[in-house]
Amino acid sequence: MNRIVVVGGSTGAVRSVQALRRAGYDGELVLVSDEAHLPYDRPPLSKDLLAPESDGSPVPLLTAEDVERLDLDVRLGTRAVGLEPANRTLHVVDDEGPSAIVYDGLVVATGVQPRRLPGTDHIDGVHVIRTLEDARAVRDRLGEGRRAVVVGAGFIGAEFASVARARGVEVTLVEAQEVPLAHVLGREVAAEVASVHEAQGARLMAGRSVAEVVTDQGQVRAVRLDDGTELPADLVVVGIGATPATDWLVGSGLPVDDGVECDVDLQVVGHPGIYAVGDVARWPHPAYGRPLRIEHWTNAGDQAEVVAAHVVGRDRPNVPLPYVWSDQYGHRIQIVGRPADGVAVAVHGSVAGGDLAALYAGPDGRLVGAVVVDDPRLLMRLRKAATAGTPAGEVERALLTPAS
Amino acid sequence: MTNSDDIAEKGTPMETAQTIGRRFACNEGDLAPGESMTVPADGEDIAVALYRNDDGEYFATADTCTHEDWSLGEDSDLEGNEVVCPLHMARFDIRSGEALCFPATIALQTFDVVCEDGKVYVLR
Ligand SMILES: Cc1cc2nc3c(=O)[nH]c(=O)nc-3n(C[C@H](O)[C@H](O)[C@H](O)COP(=O)(O)OP(=O)(O)OC[C@H]3O[C@@H](n4cnc5c(N)ncnc54)[C@H](O)[C@@H]3O)c2cc1C
Ligand SMILES: NC(=O)c1ccc[n+]([C@@H]2O[C@H](COP(=O)([O-])OP(=O)(O)OC[C@H]3O[C@@H](n4cnc5c(N)ncnc54)[C@H](O)[C@@H]3O)[C@@H](O)[C@H]2O)c1
Ligand code: FES
Repeated sequence: MNRIVVVGGSTGAVRSVQALRRAGYDGELVLVSDEAHLPYDRPPLSKDLLAPESDGSPVPLLTAEDVERLDLDVRLGTRAVGLEPANRTLHVVDDEGPSAIVYDGLVVATGVQPRRLPGTDHIDGVHVIRTLEDARAVRDRLGEGRRAVVVGAGFIGAEFASVARARGVEVTLVEAQEVPLAHVLGREVAAEVASVHEAQGARLMAGRSVAEVVTDQGQVRAVRLDDGTELPADLVVVGIGATPATDWLVGSGLPVDDGVECDVDLQVVGHPGIYAVGDVARWPHPAYGRPLRIEHWTNAGDQAEVVAAHVVGRDRPNVPLPYVWSDQYGHRIQIVGRPADGVAVAVHGSVAGGDLAALYAGPDGRLVGAVVVDDPRLLMRLRKAATAGTPAGEVERALLTPAS
Repeated sequence: MTNSDDIAEKGTPMETAQTIGRRFACNEGDLAPGESMTVPADGEDIAVALYRNDDGEYFATADTCTHEDWSLGEDSDLEGNEVVCPLHMARFDIRSGEALCFPATIALQTFDVVCEDGKVYVLR
């Protein structure tokens, strides 16, 4: 291939260009991003960047030196608006208007877009956290004694609540499920993880939904819930999940159904030479065989390595089990594998104690996932055991001290 | 560069050990195969991670992961001659320092190791 175009400006796109160069691809490499900045790291946006010590600067993911060294043609502020696979043509729009880029290979890394509360787009003080601009806007509204309502107590909600509490903000979380993150961690462990909010002085209203965002001259004033409760708010942060950014692929003929459908090499089904990487890609992860879409940071890097190997004709590298971390109230929560594929068969310790360890077993009793708080060494051992498919009971006996 | 596993295996004092200078890391046997430890920073010397692979050979690299700030000697996972950082799963070859997978894109600095009179030293 003489020209590979990578569409996207974040983890998936950056890992793709890095992996391609590392694998020895020496053709033209174009990165098309609709963001105004060179790629920056997303995880800090809901963590360190909101902390009082931060000056609001992002952590770079691709520097100007990297661009030079990797010999990239980076087009910022350029939005992909259409694709014609038959003519290998990508349609884009930038400041100067529409244009077309012809490619030999294409990587779709457009990620996901945050879901928003319907009808709140133009209300001042209602925020999502996905981009640097989002995070800075939220940051500007944090301050001692301010009142924040967080809609959705998933990853964004929990991480935001934790930094907001540290800054003296009054926080109320409104969560639709009876137990937030129950769909990821199971009820028991999810409840333990969520218990930290109350312990840190944030209020959690679970099993509730938002009926109305009350405004005063276009500025948010309160959030009214389905049961009539009215929560005064200076700021509303919405973290209710995200949807694949595939609007621009409508009409392209690419198979899109909650993400771009890919084969085990991340090649888009029916479209050789077109790949997808990151949050937007739905693929049969080799450890699972069934199509999954994984919204975790390390996943983008793992997938980029697979794509690069395929492009240069190397064997597919080993793909590790899914992994994700979250920083909440000074604790590091690490999740490996897919807890949702099993049930929690051993739960030791607590989040507050900084020693939670939960093991999940699949129907055959093997370890399919684990959640660990503040013990990276244990996490690594459990990761090995889950990779090997060791029976969960055996793992518990060998690695977890018996609960007293 | 001297080949550190040769040195470690033979356990013979090397000319270079005296001329370049060395830092005491631990007593032989303190570190079990498959384990790692940190030799703390000291003056001009940066913290070093000392590893012992399953074959009993010693290797040493800079202690801090090249991705963010994490001590590989203290907390990591050694698999053969590869060390995995438990924060975001970067992998490095402990013999060459090479960054083997994301998020690492920068190699770890490596150091030679010598064993002498039952003691393990890291060369500067
Ligand atoms: C606030 C926050 C914190 C997070 N924290 C963690 C964490 O602690 N741990 C973890 O594992 N994961 C975390 N994640 C998830 C992780 O960041 C994502 O999994 C990762 O960023 C996915 O990368 P991606 O490139 O696939 O998608 P995205 O990050 O969504 O990037 C997509 C890129 O494509 C661009 N784009 C979209 N459409 C177009 C178009 N039509 N034309 C041109 N460009 C386009 C976007 O602007 C963006 O630059 C976090 C996410 C967020 C938002
Ligand atoms: N540490 C991390 O891994 C991390 C941190 C921040 C963001 N992210 C990623 O960013 C993306 C978005 O994060 P997120 O927290 O928005 O998604 P999420 O899926 O983690 O959590 C969404 C939460 O909102 C709840 N919810 C959904 N609809 C609701 C509604 N109408 N009202 C109230 N609650 C509702 C869900 O039950 C769930 O608990 C995800 O891809 C996530 O993985 C990851
Ligand atoms: S700090 Fe080592 S992988 Fe991130």
